[in-house]
Amino acid sequence: MQAEIIISGFGGQGTLYAGQVLAYAAMDEGKHVTWIPSYGPEMRGGTANCTVVVSDDEIGSPTALHPTAVIAMNLPSLDKYEPMIKPGGYLIVNEDMVNRTSTREDIHVLMVPASKIAMEIGNERAANMVLLGTLEGNMHLLPQGALERALEAHTAARLKKFISINIEALRRGAEYQAD
Amino acid sequence: MALELIKGNIAVAEAAMRAGLVSYFGYPITPQTELLEHLSARMPELGRAFVQAESELGAINMVYGAACTGLRAMTSSSSPGISLMQEGLSYLAGTELPAVIVDVVRGGPGLGNIAPSQADYTQVVHGGGHGEYHLIVLAPASVQEAVDLTTMAFDIAEKYRMVVCLLLDGFIGQMMEPVELPEFKPVRTTPPAWAIGSPDSKGQVVLTSINIDPPTQERFNVKMMTRWQEVEKNEVRYKGYFLDDAEYVVIGYGTAGRISLSAVRAAREQGLKIGLVRPISLSPFPAKVVDELADRVKGFLVVEMSNGQMLDDIISIVARRVPVEFYGRMGGMVPYPDEISNAISALVNGKHDVNIDARAEWLAGLRELVGTGE
Repeated sequence: MQAEIIISGFGGQGTLYAGQVLAYAAMDEGKHVTWIPSYGPEMRGGTANCTVVVSDDEIGSPTALHPTAVIAMNLPSLDKYEPMIKPGGYLIVNEDMVNRTSTREDIHVLMVPASKIAMEIGNERAANMVLLGTLEGNMHLLPQGALERALEAHTAARLKKFISINIEALRRGAEYQAD
Repeated sequence: MALELIKGNIAVAEAAMRAGLVSYFGYPITPQTELLEHLSARMPELGRAFVQAESELGAINMVYGAACTGLRAMTSSSSPGISLMQEGLSYLAGTELPAVIVDVVRGGPGLGNIAPSQADYTQVVHGGGHGEYHLIVLAPASVQEAVDLTTMAFDIAEKYRMVVCLLLDGFIGQMMEPVELPEFKPVRTTPPAWAIGSPDSKGQVVLTSINIDPPTQERFNVKMMTRWQEVEKNEVRYKGYFLDDAEYVVIGYGTAGRISLSAVRAAREQGLKIGLVRPISLSPFPAKVVDELADRVKGFLVVEMSNGQMLDDIISIVARRVPVEFYGRMGGMVPYPDEISNAISALVNGKHDVNIDARAEWLAGLRELVGTGE
């Protein structure tokens, strides 16, 4: 098993952090994992993204031209990565930040009102965790509960108060299932 | 032991301290800065020396001074800074001083950019400083390998009284992977006999690279060349993948090596018998394995994030027995596995011409792909 996941959005939306939560969870479950931030030419254009590769074997490339899944937190990310996803892969979009849906029929598209959900549960900044919950709830890359355990284990002491909101966000995101 | 998820730059810093680094001298430059930043916090905590020098010239000459006392000394920088250090590296080599330097290579030439590159190969492997000397050059392809090689680098440097260069690129520096960090080694408290201030030294200790008398200088160079033969015997490192039945072999190190692994696996899935050699020691170079493969495979593809600097070494080893082709990206661009897959197809389905001008063929293709900006 190997999956390449790109998480992309504006700086400040928590794309890099969402990738790290996934990477910590994968590490704790004994998987090989790489996390690499947007770096070099990809950095231009005001977006922040990271690529996470989760695998049962030694990982070759830490980046992918045709990722298995993309979390797009804004329109430029949707425009850029939608055409690149592997057929059969997953596109998870923060519906509240874009003005269109996907035209691709060979991938699973999940439009999630992540910002609205995050506000409902008390913190707009948890939209990244909602979308990560949708990703894991559909792809099942890791054993049940791995992301929640990673949040418990790796959140810095001064941020521990956000763990419960983040766990709630993961659960709400996982309710969105591909057709 | 528990795994930690950390960036390559921080992993190297932490591994160096655990290996007994007691004196670090550096000057900030991206994409290496986290390494220096981490040490600026951690070294004082342990009562060890962290000095931000006034420049890279200052840093490398402070390393020279610290190394003369037999202390474990290190500096780190990125390409333009490593260029500035070349004089100091030659002086360290000419004085037989052990030290570790880290080069997190970035796109160039000139000020270039902060993106990952492998364009410093020639500078560090074939010597950017004056005179004749060798650095031992180690090129990790993962964060764990960066930790393991950093740990080893200080021992190797002291064993041969030579400078060890860890050659990383921005990908390895910025990437997070799970690593197991080693335990802290005890710090050496007594300097070795050759060092200034050693209780074991016999009489006055003079450490210098000046040999005003040419026969004396020649004898020194013979001694160092002889020592280098020992290094070549003992310190060659590489990792081979799928070599047993390989008909064609890809050669790449560091980030280019691990990206090539993805392309080689994809080729295997299509039934192509492709292998991979990932050199870990670039100096001494794993020439023997390439030489032996050249007698039994149908061709090689060299992959680098440069204009083919290791390529020249491979061409020299293979000596036109089989074709050697090349794929590279330059200036901070990193190839995707798909590009390497295309180059593998071109090699397998190509003309198998041993006289091919690999660099010219590759450049024509890249010029077509990206243009010249004119």
